[in-house]
Parts: sequence; C-alpha cells; structure tokens
Amino acid sequence: MLNRRSFIRVSAAAAGGLMMSMYFDHPSGAQQPTAPIFPPDAFVHVRPDGTIVIQVNRLECGQGTQTALPMILADEMDADWSQVRAELAPAEDLYKDPVFGVQMTGGSAAIANSFQQYRELGAKTRAMLVAAAAARWQVSRDECRAAKSVVYGPGNRSARYADLAAEAARQPIPDKVALKSAAGFGLIGTPTRRLDSRAKCEGALRFGLDLDVPQMQVAVLARPPVFGGRVRGLDDTAARSMAGVRDVFEIPLVHGTAIAIVADTFWTAKQARERLTVDWDLSGLERVDSARLRSAYQALAHTTGNIAVRRGDDDTLNRIPVARRMVADFEFPYLPHTPMEPENATIRFDGDRAEAWVPTQAPTEDQVAIADVLGLKPQQVTFHTEYAGGGFGRRSPFDCHIVREAAAVAKRLRGTPIKLVWTREDDVQGGYYRPVYVHHVEVGLDEQGMPAGWRHVIVGQSWVIGSGHWSEPFVTKDGVDLLGTQGTTDTRYRIPNFHVSAHHPRLNVPVTQLRSIGYTHNTFVMETLIDELATRAQADPIAYRLKLLDPSATTIRTPLMLLEEKSATWRRSLAPGHAVGIACNSDQSTGVACAVDVSIENNRPRIHRATVAINVGLAVNPLTVEAQCQGGLVFGLSQLMAKGAITVNDGHVEQRNFDGVPPPYMKDAPVAIDVHIVPSSEKPSGCGEPPVPVISPAVVNALFRLTGKRYRTLPLVSL
Amino acid sequence: MASYVLTINSRQRDVIADPGTPLLWVLREHLKMRGTKYGCGIAACGACTVHVGGVATRSCVLPVSLVGARPIVTIEGMAADRVGRVVQEAWVSGDVVQCGYCQGGQIMTAVTLLKNVSKPTDSQIEQSMGGNICRCGTYVRIRAAIKQAAQQLG
Repeated sequence: MLNRRSFIRVSAAAAGGLMMSMYFDHPSGAQQPTAPIFPPDAFVHVRPDGTIVIQVNRLECGQGTQTALPMILADEMDADWSQVRAELAPAEDLYKDPVFGVQMTGGSAAIANSFQQYRELGAKTRAMLVAAAAARWQVSRDECRAAKSVVYGPGNRSARYADLAAEAARQPIPDKVALKSAAGFGLIGTPTRRLDSRAKCEGALRFGLDLDVPQMQVAVLARPPVFGGRVRGLDDTAARSMAGVRDVFEIPLVHGTAIAIVADTFWTAKQARERLTVDWDLSGLERVDSARLRSAYQALAHTTGNIAVRRGDDDTLNRIPVARRMVADFEFPYLPHTPMEPENATIRFDGDRAEAWVPTQAPTEDQVAIADVLGLKPQQVTFHTEYAGGGFGRRSPFDCHIVREAAAVAKRLRGTPIKLVWTREDDVQGGYYRPVYVHHVEVGLDEQGMPAGWRHVIVGQSWVIGSGHWSEPFVTKDGVDLLGTQGTTDTRYRIPNFHVSAHHPRLNVPVTQLRSIGYTHNTFVMETLIDELATRAQADPIAYRLKLLDPSATTIRTPLMLLEEKSATWRRSLAPGHAVGIACNSDQSTGVACAVDVSIENNRPRIHRATVAINVGLAVNPLTVEAQCQGGLVFGLSQLMAKGAITVNDGHVEQRNFDGVPPPYMKDAPVAIDVHIVPSSEKPSGCGEPPVPVISPAVVNALFRLTGKRYRTLPLVSL
Repeated sequence: MASYVLTINSRQRDVIADPGTPLLWVLREHLKMRGTKYGCGIAACGACTVHVGGVATRSCVLPVSLVGARPIVTIEGMAADRVGRVVQEAWVSGDVVQCGYCQGGQIMTAVTLLKNVSKPTDSQIEQSMGGNICRCGTYVRIRAAIKQAAQQLG
C-alpha cells in the first residue's frame, strides 16, 4: 500500500450543515487542493434535515459499491442508515482513488482501496460532531457517545447530528482518530440491501442513456465497416431531407473516420443513418480473418515467446518419459462485453468550458480526453459520473474513444448538448473485445502423478503494451502483458519447473479488458488441466488441488476447504445422468472455489446447481458478495454459449446484435447458486471479478465425466 | 407524421409521430418516460417490455401505429397495479437488482406471468422469463423473487 499524506478539509456548507473532504497527495497528479469548496465537493454532507449524503468515488454499474462504501463511512460515523443517501461523485481531485491516483472503477478495487479512507472520514466526522456536543454542553468528550445520528451526554442530554452540524464544522479536524474494532461494527459485515434498489425497480433511476438536458440533440455515427476505415465520399441527401435531422458531418475516430448524424431524437438519427450512402476507403487496411488468425496463433504458440516466468529447469520436461507427458492446445474467441445499456456520452461545449455526463469507469481519463478534443484544460470540463447499465470493463477503454467521439460532435455544434448513442449493433460490431487467445501447454508428471515440468505459451493481443497508459509500467514486464498471463503466471499450484512465455501480436481489431481480465482464459486452461491431472491420478479433484497448492496460499485453500464441506452432501448424491465439476480461481487477495451439478439437455450443459465458496477478507456487505458471486458465475458462462464468440471475416465483424452473440439467458444459468463466505477479519478484498472465471472450467470438467471428452476450444459450439 | 391518442398508465396522451416509430421511442423521446429501456432494438433482450392490452410486449419492435386503442402499462405504472406492487416489493426485499437496467423489463414480464399462473413452477418461470437478458446475471434472485411474490399474492 502506498503511503500518502492526506489533507482534510471541512466547512459549513452553503446550504447549511457539515461538509467533510479528504484529499490525498498523489505522486502522479501532484496537484494541491486549491479548488473552492462547494457542494458536492465533499465526501459527507450532514444536511439540516438530518439526511446524510455520502459521495461515492466510483461508478455504480451494478457491483454495489454505491451501497458498500456509504456503509463503511456511516458505520464509523454512527450514522442512522435510514437517513443515508448516496451520490456518484463528479470528476474532482479529491475523489481520486487513494492507491491508483486517478478516479477509476476497475480491478475489483473499490472496497480494498477505499476501506480505510471511508472509515477515517466517518470516524473523523463523528469525532467532530461529538466534540461539538461536548463543547455545547461543557462536558468532556469521553462522557459523550454517539448512536444513530444522535450524540448522547450526561444527564440525559442528547443532540441530533443535524443540529450539531454547524458547530461541528468549526471544530478542529482531529489528526488521528480511533477506528472501531471489528466487534464494534454495526453495518460493516451485516447483510444490507442496496440503496438504489427501489428506484431501479420503479423505472425511476436515470442512467446515462436516460439523460435529458435542455436543447439536447442526439447523435449516432455511421462507422467504418472495417476497423480503421475512412470516409471517401458521402451522399447524405436522403438523410438530410428527413424532418428532425439537424446536421450530417464527418468526424475523426481514434481509428479512421465516421459520419455523425445529429437529430432531435435517437430514432430519427438512426433512421437517417440508414439513408446515408457512404463510400468507405478501406485501402491498406488489415483484413483480420478469424480462421486465419487461429492458425497463425497456433503456429506462434509452438514457439517460445517473451519470458513471463522461468522457475526451475525448463529441460526437466524433456527428460520425463513420454508416457507421463501430455500436450494441450486451447483457443478462446473475441468476447464482447455487451453491457445492457449501450455506450453513450453527453457533452456540451461552450467555447471556454464544457460539461459532460458519462456513465464511465474512468472519469479522470475521460475528462482529460474531452479537454484534449475541445482544446480545453481538464479543469474546464465539468464532469458528471452517471449510473451505468453494466460496465464489465467496456466503460474504461484506454483511448477514451467514446467520449472522444461525443466531444468531436459537440465541438462542431457549440452550445448544443449532444448525446452520442451507440446502437446495440455499434456495440457488438465496434471492437474493444476480450482478445482471442491461444495456449499451447506441455506438462510432464512425476511418478506420483503430480506436475513436475510445465511449459506454457500464451498468444494474444495486448491493449497495454505501447499504449502509454499510466498503468503500463505496473502490468507489463519484459515485453509480457501480465494482464494477459494472469491466472497462469501467478498460479499458487506448486509446479517446480515452470516456464511461461507470451506473444502479443498486433492487429487492428481493438481489444480491452473484460471482467476478470486474464483469468477469463488462464484460469480455464489451468483448472481444466489440473482436473485432467487429478483424473489421471485417480484423485479427488478437491483433494488433488489442495495437495498441489502452496501450503501458504490460504486465500485459495480456505474456499476450497469450505467448498468441500458445503457441497459434500449433494456431490455424493447426484441424480443419474448428472456429474460434478470443480474449479477454483484466485488473484492476490481473493479466492473462489466452485462446484457445479451438470447434466446434458438438448445437447447443451444444464447447470442444476452451483456451490461457491469465497475468501474476500472481511465481507463488508455479505449480501453484495453473494450477488457478485451469483452474477459473476452467469457472466462467466458467456464464453460457453454456443454462439458466444465474435468472429471476423475479411475484416468485417460477423455478428450484429444479441441474436448473433447471445449472452446467457435464464435457462443457461445455474438454477440455484449457494454462496459461502470464508469467515475472515483480514482487510477486505474485491469480489466483482474473481468469481467470473470459475464457472466455465467447472462446467466442462463436469461434461468430461458425462461425455469422456475434454473441451479446449471455446465457445462451446457442440458437445 | 400522424397523430395518435395513447392510453398509458390510465392516462390519455396525445402523440404526433411517424407511424413507423416504435412504441419504445415514443415513450422515451416523445413522452420522456425513461423507465422503459433500449437494449437491442430487435426484441431479443426484453429490456423494453411493456404491457399492451395486458400482454407483455416488446415495445422496441411495435410501431406506434399498431397500438390502436389497447391500453399501455409501463414500469412507471406498476406501483398502481396490485400484482405489480407485490412484485416490485419482492424484488426490493430480495435485493434482486444489480445494474438494474434490465429489471423494469424483467418485472413487467414477471407480472404477466403471475397474472396468468398463480403458483409458477421453475420451468414455467424459465419459459416466461426466458427471453429477458440480465447481463449482471441476477437470474437466481429473479426466480426467488417471483416465488416470493406468488406466495404473497396467495
């Protein structure tokens, strides 16, 4: 953990009450907090009516941070939870992630990185409210206690937080403050329902796409049919003749150019787009072809790449008798994120200022990108983070292309707010996929059936290497994109002679991170191979894993042991035609283990049940941890869908919409998922991503027991 | 352009729109009712589900000119519906939503199911809810909430 100085500021809010802010000294930004304080430039605002508004320095895209972060602050503050409201913070220095140094939602890091921050803010706010009460009553602070937004003092004295707020704002900010012990937690660790649930169930919550700014116009883009294509000629007569069409013009894209159609409504803009005749210049463009890509990658996978891990003696493998050696090849397709709310951004450019409303995982970077397109400084862009209908990594592309497109349109129509909307077709065909990967693995076993030598080559595009993104030095090493190899390179299985290398070919199909990133494919490879080794050794799949895992790898050992216990009954009483499959996954701080009960119906896997055990450190909101495990499993099934792939033919993406690449529907998901949390008082870690990778290897491991076949090519086209 | 009188959540609304405009965009853009969502535009995801004449309908592919006199109910009108209210409460108490974008459509579909089948089995739930995508994967809690609502409705 980086050690940073923090600056706390406090003020009486213009509208009354107490505002509390905390700034961190970021080495990257090196900006001192100089902006004037005004709402909502604070983390917590105690309003005169008793409402406590807590700013969430993350995007809420379903993961539940909008509830969990306020729980942490409110607990230390002894706030009355029924009066707590959450707001998504705008882009401001003080809302930057204390570890990343930028505002970002990713890496399942919200709770892990901001747990201490939100606790301290809550405890300091509480201390100042208590100090204000003690001063008012002229008693010692030690004689006062706080509960549910009320300070109690000697002689039946009491005062509500709301009534103390103005006096509290004049109290000095405590340098150090005692935090609660785990036994004193009221909200932290208690299953708590989401704060945004009712609004979402009533259709009242406004997502980015629902925004309606006065005078707003809607833009859609006619995008090149091959990535990087440029407009050579245009006939827009028919489009311009439609009532409601305001303008049609060419804009630059990050790769190539596009035609923007601006109209009074989305529907008009979309209809007008269909009436354009665009002559595209596709000369000189790479025409990626999925079938050719596959064979090129397979050839590459048979050669050593840049070295990611070299442990022990690589030659050991060659000395193991052929009978105890195996070779396996794996293929993974381009995967789309397809969040339910398509990509969008709303921007108004006023010449010397701009205002933006974006459902984004990367507000700081988007703010900088908008400023760049508009010739402004980032501080001249007022940036609102909007609720998102899913994210899954799609809303934080390194090149910020979504807001760049919207800014390019807004720049031309100065003074008019422009909502750029991607259609589902734009989303499915628009790139920024999880890359295609090919793995080639050679394994040699010792006489006890445990892996003694392991040679592993991974081939796939990197969106990090050469990007210049701030994260590049942290996630690349010696020409290896560690995000592409995670799940293999950081395995906790003890394999003495372990050799991993990677190739990162460059192609014009844009790629990016997808929820659980490298683990989507690496965990599949590791967990299906380990299962195969366990079968070969005639060992129980959980016992084999525990034997092979490092004894110190408690993050993953504990959920495996809990899984063994919680699934024992049903695993030993499976119905005829059913089989069980096991898999586990861990990153540095979270471990997940999963067992599934699978049969075959209509030539597809039918998942009757999944049991999940997870070690997430201290579970701040167990109800959210459960939800993320349940949802993460379903998300992870996307790559098992028969039509789960994006394919490219002569440079053209072959799928258009959900009919071409359907995500899992209810019948594809487990009928029941029971989740068990390893009891822990360790620092909280993340749970948004680690459950995703376990389900697909678990299912194919079960299928092997039903069909005798190993499945190493995804998506799972046929059994 | 043509003029239409629509009955939406028991209220009469006058709309001037191109006859081919899908009901979804009439709701969202002409009437500023944003609870009904755009997910795919091809009736493949269910995010745009509304009730038209009591039938769960994909509003993204229903031209406004084909609605006729049939009453329309949207997610904003569910609180005034006996079954709708119970289903919404079951959704809240079961903490079903994650991103929530699809959930209006899920609730609209579940309400029609419960109006037709008072105690749906797992396979009836799967059949009725089978065309609604939830990318966050809340299906297990959706099942549980439907069963809870069914129990409550008696």
